[in-house]
Amino acid sequence: METHVLVNLLALAIVAVGVFVGRAIRRDRLWRESLVQVWRRQPIAILVLAAFIAIALLDSIAWIGGKVSGEDVLAQHQARSLIDRTFQGVSELGYSEPRAEVLFEDPLQRLNDPGGHLLGTDILGRDVLHRMLKGARVALLIGGLTSAIAIPLALLLGVSAGYFGGRLDDAVFFVMSTLASIPSLLLLIAIVMALGRGTWQVCFALGITSWVSLCRVSRGETLKLRELDYVQAARALGVSELRIIRRHILPNLLHLIVISFVLLFSGQVIAETILAYLGIGVDGSWGQMIDQARNELSREPIIWWNIAAAGMSVFSLLLAVNFIGDAMRDVLDPRTARERE
Amino acid sequence: MLAFVLRRFAYGGAVVLGVLGVLFVLFFAIASPDDIARRALGDKARQSAIDTWKANHGYDRPMWPIEDGQFRADSLLFHHYATMLRFEFGDSDYDGVPIAERMRAGAGPSLTLTVPLFVLEVSVSILVALFVAVFRGTYIDRAGLVVSVLMMSLPIVLSIIGAQYLIAKTLAWFPLSGYDRSLELMSRFLALPVLVGVISGLGGEVRFLRTVFVEETSRDYVRTARAKGASEMRVMLYHVLRNSLIPVLTRVVMQIPFLFTGALLLESFFGIPGLGSLLVDSINNNDFATLRVWVFIAAILFVVAQIVTDLSYALVDPRVRLE
Repeated sequence: METHVLVNLLALAIVAVGVFVGRAIRRDRLWRESLVQVWRRQPIAILVLAAFIAIALLDSIAWIGGKVSGEDVLAQHQARSLIDRTFQGVSELGYSEPRAEVLFEDPLQRLNDPGGHLLGTDILGRDVLHRMLKGARVALLIGGLTSAIAIPLALLLGVSAGYFGGRLDDAVFFVMSTLASIPSLLLLIAIVMALGRGTWQVCFALGITSWVSLCRVSRGETLKLRELDYVQAARALGVSELRIIRRHILPNLLHLIVISFVLLFSGQVIAETILAYLGIGVDGSWGQMIDQARNELSREPIIWWNIAAAGMSVFSLLLAVNFIGDAMRDVLDPRTARERE
Repeated sequence: MLAFVLRRFAYGGAVVLGVLGVLFVLFFAIASPDDIARRALGDKARQSAIDTWKANHGYDRPMWPIEDGQFRADSLLFHHYATMLRFEFGDSDYDGVPIAERMRAGAGPSLTLTVPLFVLEVSVSILVALFVAVFRGTYIDRAGLVVSVLMMSLPIVLSIIGAQYLIAKTLAWFPLSGYDRSLELMSRFLALPVLVGVISGLGGEVRFLRTVFVEETSRDYVRTARAKGASEMRVMLYHVLRNSLIPVLTRVVMQIPFLFTGALLLESFFGIPGLGSLLVDSINNNDFATLRVWVFIAAILFVVAQIVTDLSYALVDPRVRLE
């Protein structure tokens, strides 16, 4: 199957999961009220995040064919997304300032699309706004895919270690302390170097380095939950272990999962900017844009629009995610909720 | 007490062996010696060239100790453990220079950056967090939290680039990059990296420490101290800070690896010839031998730091008995 078909299906699957989770939240009074509170606290952050998600989804829906303006022969045979299609055929010869009519380094050369590049063009004449919008998908992919690897792994090991104890617990604890003893950025670099460069490798490496913290928390929480009266009662009634974990343990860990998902997310995006600087980042990410643009600041006159676009995107995404994460922790974590009262 | 210390060290030793295992899986099992040779020589290298390269760099051994039913004492697995544990790091895969020599040469410049950075980071973040905690629930507190989140949302790469552009290039207060052994020049070169390092770590630290201090100020003994007329200064510094030393200490030790990684970027951006620059070079040169040693040493330092923290709990809190 072609990759773009797969990506389209993935985008549809994400929308479907989103609708499903939304319906589940609507039915559950506690979660509905919590999310309303989060919305009341951080409406702007949620709107910003929603905008990024919408851009990423628009950039995920791609197909081959359609009219390509200009002489871009290559593009005719590639899958292009909805975002690509709104920016088609407006590539230039080199740098141009935002909304400029002429080339930056050669003012006599008129642009192919005068005044059309809202954020200018980069060294290869690519539209900066276009690259910036495409970065949203990469950033969300890094955060989302990584969490999709890290959270199930952490829950599986953490809950089973905490619930069953014994040898399993010892083994999981040893693996956790071993991985936690290697500074996470170094482990990340080591894994990416061993697996080779690429998007999947980086996401896998980020997943492996970030499951430990959630695993530790969920193990500790499971140890506590296991001793609670209703769990003991369920066990005395002969309910199967799997059912106890599913019905009585996991729902009580849900708030921790949500909080750590949000916290993991911003950590991943920051880690990717560092990897991009080291030359082992993800193609098309904002980190890579920053890395490519960092020497442009030392030019005279300086080229600021590239790094400004990428930097502001990373900053606003992280800011939105961090504010939402804070609000969620305030609302969902029973400890901080008590402190507030 | 002695039994606890011995057990703690034994577990630390086991973790170090585990770290070596992780390194073996990554750099011998996943990235096989053939892969490593191919990265050094290029994808189209002939098999004979790859074999010569492997022989020259000591990779021409069987991977596992038991191969084809017979025991091999010279296997890569044994060799890896034996040399690393004896701290015989061998030569760089890239240019054949002894790795230990490079690490020793880099340690000095790195320490001149990381020690002031660490001391300043810890003291500034504790002071700011105490200040914010005194004003808990007021606008100062809320502003402090918002500023912390703003700082946390700025990737360190961006803050370094921003500081270099603004302070070093435009305002020309400090040199853009470089290093010198004489104390006077060194302090000029190190001022900006230390400043950037402190500021980029401050947000997360202050937010964490503030929570610890605020939790502590709601305890009864703090109310007692206030009731008997202790000044706010004395309450905060003498009572609250001392009683929250355990989480503070844990957090400070947790910062040690971040210090490494933070310094990694600072060193390479600001041209400081330390361990961080060595690591960045080894990544760019596909120098797996150096990379392995680097990760191993960082892990050992971290394990030692964790043991020291565990033991120092007894020092800062007389209620803790090491058993």
